Amino acid sequence: MQFGILVNEGPYSHQASDSAYLFARNAIEKGHQVPRVFFYHDGVYNASRLATPPQDDRNVGARWSKLAADHGVDLVVCVAAAQRRGITDGVLGDNFRISGLGQLVEMGIQYDRLVTFGD
Amino acid sequence: MSDMDDEMEDGSGVVKKFMFLNRKAPHGTVYALEGLEVVLITAAFDQDVSMVFTDDGVYQLMKGVDSKGIEIKDFSKTYRALDGYDIEKLYVDQASMDARGLSEDDLIVDVTVLPVAEMASLMAEQDVVISF
Repeated sequence: MQFGILVNEGPYSHQASDSAYLFARNAIEKGHQVPRVFFYHDGVYNASRLATPPQDDRNVGARWSKLAADHGVDLVVCVAAAQRRGITDGVLGDNFRISGLGQLVEMGIQYDRLVTFGD
Repeated sequence: MSDMDDEMEDGSGVVKKFMFLNRKAPHGTVYALEGLEVVLITAAFDQDVSMVFTDDGVYQLMKGVDSKGIEIKDFSKTYRALDGYDIEKLYVDQASMDARGLSEDDLIVDVTVLPVAEMASLMAEQDVVISF
């Protein structure tokens, strides 16, 4: 099954991004596909490569980057939400890209399921 | 076909039923404002769009909201412009209205007020439900 994932909250202050990551990784491990993850609202902060969490904590952004590198997941950050919050191409982590909301709508149209993580 | 149409079509010609579930007050968090953006883009993709207002989301449609005091843009006029985007299926949860002492006369747009059981069956018919 193809899952699209929508992440609506920033890292660390909210579990949404962690839960979305674990869902995506486990879905892939079970043989499903996660072609794209879309980051909206404060979710765009997950894309910042400037985050440097303590060594003994998970690195939420880097974890997404690695999932994308390992499994070809398309990590898309909403341009309008990103501009509001100072997330630009210059601060994007590996394998994230900035694009429009159409990429979110496409997930709903093309994939079997769209799963939202957030409040 | 114009460039705009090229951009908005995903090429599949598929029309799915998208429901946007609005659960939050218009101000206090950004969900209502940024959620509206997704609704408009989805309509631009010629999808079958419904909007549901439930819990504090019913306040998004309330008359007389004045956001000047909090120095945040009043975006309530966007709801009145929805029919211009062919978004005409607006549903409001009866219990949420009752709990807040609101009636249809208190709202800025025409809506269909549904009891929870009917709302549930409407939701079950959807292909995609996005909640803000």
